[in-house]
Amino acid sequence: MYRPILATHGLTKSFGALNATRDVSIDLNSKEIHAIIGPNGAGKSTLIKQICGEMQPDSGRVTLDGQDVSKLSTFARARAGLGRTFQVSDLCREDTVVENVVLGSLGAEGAVWRFWKSALKTRDLCERAERALERVGLIEERYTRCANLSHGQRRQLEVAVALTLSPRAFIMDEPMAGLGVEGSKQMTSFLDGLRKEAPILLVEHDMDAVFALADRISVMVYGKVIATGTPNEIRNRKEVREAYLGDAV
Amino acid sequence: MKFEERYLNLFVLVGLLLLPIWAQAMDEPFTITLATRAVILALAAVGLNLALGIGGMVSFGHAVFFGIGGYAMGILAYHAQTYTTLSLGLFETGGTNSMPVIWLVAMLLSGAVAFVIGLLSLRTSGVYFIMITLAFGQMFYYFAISWAQYGGEDGLSIYVRNGFPGLNTLVPIEFFGICFVLLCVTLVLFARLQSSPFGLALNAARQSKSRVAAVGLNPTRVKLLAFVLSGAVTGLAGALFADLNRFVSPTMFSWQLSGELIVLIIIGGVGRLMGPVIGACVFVALEHFLGEITDFWHVSLGIILLCIVLFGRGGLIGLITGKEGAHV
Ligand SMILES: Nc1ncnc2c1ncn2[C@@H]1O[C@H](COP(=O)(O)OP(=O)(O)OP(=O)(O)O)[C@@H](O)[C@H]1O
Ligand SMILES: [Mg+2]
Repeated sequence: MYRPILATHGLTKSFGALNATRDVSIDLNSKEIHAIIGPNGAGKSTLIKQICGEMQPDSGRVTLDGQDVSKLSTFARARAGLGRTFQVSDLCREDTVVENVVLGSLGAEGAVWRFWKSALKTRDLCERAERALERVGLIEERYTRCANLSHGQRRQLEVAVALTLSPRAFIMDEPMAGLGVEGSKQMTSFLDGLRKEAPILLVEHDMDAVFALADRISVMVYGKVIATGTPNEIRNRKEVREAYLGDAV
Repeated sequence: MKFEERYLNLFVLVGLLLLPIWAQAMDEPFTITLATRAVILALAAVGLNLALGIGGMVSFGHAVFFGIGGYAMGILAYHAQTYTTLSLGLFETGGTNSMPVIWLVAMLLSGAVAFVIGLLSLRTSGVYFIMITLAFGQMFYYFAISWAQYGGEDGLSIYVRNGFPGLNTLVPIEFFGICFVLLCVTLVLFARLQSSPFGLALNAARQSKSRVAAVGLNPTRVKLLAFVLSGAVTGLAGALFADLNRFVSPTMFSWQLSGELIVLIIIGGVGRLMGPVIGACVFVALEHFLGEITDFWHVSLGIILLCIVLFGRGGLIGLITGKEGAHV
């Protein structure tokens, strides 16, 4: 039987009178990029937080590889295979770039209960970390303190940390935000290749990137998914244009 | 002039070692006692530095562990000196005079209590964490005051310093040697731990719990273990402190002591290997020299603290090495 890697089943979450997500059921198949688009405040980040376990839904479930992970904590879901990047970079700003990615290696290899040997001198941890840095093009900056990175580099570092996890699925909240034209292009071609390793649930406002990358697009408005389809289908749906796209595409 | 941090560290340690040796030659035992006091307070603060400096857990209740270490020593030695038995439900003991045994008990007990306190306190953060740890501190303080069996408010005097195989612990310089070696061993362990995978994760957990969780690690568990180790080290220092004074009293549990440990760290440099050591030396020196002149010597401490917080976030180490601390 065919089974998606990641799926949500009727995720619903309200903040008081505000319905941030309403009965959201989406799925992510292997090797695909499924983009979620929608205006500001549509509930995209709230959806991601429920998928990753940072927020508990009022109702609904999340399954990963067919297993219900709704009861698992954030770190257990990460361990089960969710590799997530944050809309607002969430990094250890006082640490160097390489320390940030080595943290990812620690998580991936479950190597945190080691107390003696220097983490930065542990071969397997560093190799995994440096491979990720090379792939996003940050290897030259490995000894730079995160606080001194440019905004775009921090976005790349977010992705690099997720790469160290070799996750079953990537969940990315606006990886292109603030990257600029050139940066967005690079990130776009990188994500394009990445889908072969693990599918990507991509929340993004950059429509060029979304329509270039996505195999499927879901449109969220006021907490509800109003349409799901291929880029072409979405482009031509009248209610989508009205609600969100306008004349952008 | 800018100094490299490790030379500064070495300089301070060597100075701290030479001072009592010099005092021994000059026949000034009181100076040795002062140096020992500094070493023990430093050890207690190194323990706290693990939780506060690396892990970002501002514990205002570390006197709990200091006091537990002190009372572990006091109670065991009291039963040994009065030839009475201490019965703990299942088994009985006649107490002990052996330092290594006392240290072990002190560390196990304070570690266990740190586990419980950490488990409850780590549900909170920020000001709430400070308040809840303070509350635990007060709980133990008032318990000790009302614990009549072991001296209550008056505390317990131990007449003979506990023994260490092969040494005469009553000779000040020998007792200093024991404390100094323990401090050095702890510093080595601290340095290893700080750069180890665990230290890296703890350091990350201070900066962002959500980041740590996103890579599949449980930040609370990492912090909890750090808190336990931290409590155990401070507990060891408490046992030594009680042995230095041959006296334990509820003041070892006081919130002032918890506060002083924090102050030591801030003066020296938060999260720095030698921060607590430098802080303890400055503290004991001020306490001694200014304390002789005026009862208000704490004011000068407050002024130093204020200057450091305002002008040099990295503490004295940061000022001397010219490098701002990584930590706030
Ligand atoms: N913790 C919260 N408490 C109350 N309201 C919240 C909370 N988090 C989000 N919201 C509200 O829920 C709605 C959806 O927010 P969300 O961040 O999911 O939007 P989004 O689609 O990610 O928007 P953007 O494109 O701007 O990132 C918004 O109106 C927001 O103000
Ligand atoms: Mg968002």
